Amino acid sequence: MASFLDRSRTVAGPGYSRWLIPPAALAVHLSIGQVYATSVYKSSLVETFGASLTSIGVIFSIAIVMLGLSAAVLGKWVDHGGPRKAMFTAACFWAAGFFVAAIGISTTQLWLVYLGYGVLGGIGLGIGYISPVSTLIKWFPDRPGLATGMAIMGFGGGALIASPLSNQLLRAYDSSYDGTAGSVASGSAVAQLFVTLGVIYLVAMMYGAFTIRVAPPDYAPPGWDPSTRKQSSMVTTASVSANNAVRTPQFWLLWVLLFCNVTAGIGILEQAAPMIQDFFRDGGTTAISAVAAGGFVGLLSLGNMAGRFVWSSTSDVIGRKRIYMVYLGVGAVLYVLLALVGQTATALFVLLALVILSFYGGGFATMPAYLRDLFGTFEVGAIHGRVLTAWSAAGVAGPLIVNGFLDARGTPGELVAADYRPALLTMVVLLVIGFVANLLIKPVAERFHEPSDAAAPAPAAAR
Amino acid sequence: MSSTAADPERESPGRNDPSAGVQKALLGIGWTLVGVPLVYGLVQTLRRVVTLFTG
Repeated sequence: MASFLDRSRTVAGPGYSRWLIPPAALAVHLSIGQVYATSVYKSSLVETFGASLTSIGVIFSIAIVMLGLSAAVLGKWVDHGGPRKAMFTAACFWAAGFFVAAIGISTTQLWLVYLGYGVLGGIGLGIGYISPVSTLIKWFPDRPGLATGMAIMGFGGGALIASPLSNQLLRAYDSSYDGTAGSVASGSAVAQLFVTLGVIYLVAMMYGAFTIRVAPPDYAPPGWDPSTRKQSSMVTTASVSANNAVRTPQFWLLWVLLFCNVTAGIGILEQAAPMIQDFFRDGGTTAISAVAAGGFVGLLSLGNMAGRFVWSSTSDVIGRKRIYMVYLGVGAVLYVLLALVGQTATALFVLLALVILSFYGGGFATMPAYLRDLFGTFEVGAIHGRVLTAWSAAGVAGPLIVNGFLDARGTPGELVAADYRPALLTMVVLLVIGFVANLLIKPVAERFHEPSDAAAPAPAAAR
Repeated sequence: MSSTAADPERESPGRNDPSAGVQKALLGIGWTLVGVPLVYGLVQTLRRVVTLFTG
C-alpha cells in the first residue's frame, strides 16, 4: 500500500492528459473548503455544549492556525513525498477530524471537538491545501495562475456546497429543525452530520489521491516553447530551496502582502451580514432584512470564489506583481470609497464589497504562481506552506481589529456606517503597507539559488 | 532531495497510465464528479443572493 502512494508510482507518461489533474485537485479543495461553512451549525453547538459563541468560535480558529502550522512544517514532506501520499494523508486527517468531533458532540465533550475538527481537521486542511499546488504548477508551466486558480477556487467553492448541503442534512436528521433563523438543530443531528460529511469527504479526497499524477521530468505542454517562459526578470528559471527562501527579503515581503490582503478581506467577511444592515440603519431600523443580509453573504462567497479563478488566470497575462498592485492598490481605493460613500446606495455598497472580496480570493490563488516565479518549482509547495502562516496570523488579526473598533463604538444592532470607518480605514493602511511591500519585491539574488545539479531541472523541450 | 539519474521517476514514467480511451472516460467522470456538486452549490447560493434584491 505504501508503495502505491509513493511519488515514483504517480509519475505520468508523456501522453497523459494534464486536464485529468485539476479534477483531482478540486476534489480535495472542494472538500476542505467546508471549513468556511461552519456557521450553519454554530448555534447548535452553542446550545449542545451550553458554551459561549467565543468558545465555539475557537474550533474554527484552531483549525485555521493548524492549517498554517501544518502547511509550514509538513510542506517539504509534501513536496518530496508526492501529491498522492499527501492527499491520502490529508483525507485521513480531515475525515478523522469529523469522526472525533462527532464523538465529542455525542458525548458533550467540547475538548474532543477541539482535538478532532480543530487539531486533526486543521492538519488535514494544511496538507490538503498545499498538496496539489506544486503538481499543478508543473503540469501547467504555461499557465500557472490558471492552474492554481482552478484548485484554490475549489476552496471557495467548498463552502458554497457544504453550507446548503449541511442545512438539508440537518433537516433530514432533525425533523424539528427547519433551517430558518432562530431554528436550532439538535446535537445528535450535528453529530450525524459530521459523520456523513466525514464519509463524503473521505471518498471525494481519496478519488483525488488515486487519480493525481506527477508531470514527467522535463514536461512541457504540446505547442509550448519553454524558452518563452523567461520573458520577465521577475520569472526565474533557477531553483530556491524552502530553507533558503525564508532567508530572502522576497519571502517576507510576500508574507507581509498576503497578511495585509487577507486581514483586509476578513475584515469584511467576518462582519458581512451585520455590516450591510448597519450601513443602512436609520433611526434604529435598518432597510436590509436578515434574509437579504444572508443573500449579501452568499454574493460575497461568489465574489471570493470567482476572484480566485478570474484574477489568478489574469495574472498569467499581466504578471504577478501587477495583479497584486491591483489587489492592494485598487483594493485600498475601494475600501476608502466603502468607508466614505458606501452608505449612499445599496447597489454601490454591494458592488464595492463584491470587488474587494474578489481581490481577497485572488490574493490567495495567485500566491503559488508568484512563489513559482520568484523561487522556481523545486520546493514551491513547501515555500507556499510557510507563506500560509500569514493566513493564520491574519485570521487572528482581522477579527481582532474589526471587533476591537466596533466594540469601542457601540452595541451590536445599534451601529451605523460611521462606526465602521475607523476599522475600514485601518484596513486601507494595511493595504497600502502591502502595496509598498509588493513594490519592493525584486528577483531573488543568485546566492540563494540551488546548484543546477541539486534541483529538478526547468523544462527543456516541448514534446 | 534531488532528481538524479537513479531517480525512479526517470526510469519508468507512465508505467501505470491508462489508455487514451480510458483517459477520455476518466476526464468525463472527473469533471462531472467535481462539476455537479459545484453547480449545486452555485445554484443554492444564487437562490440566496436573489433575496438580497427581493427580501
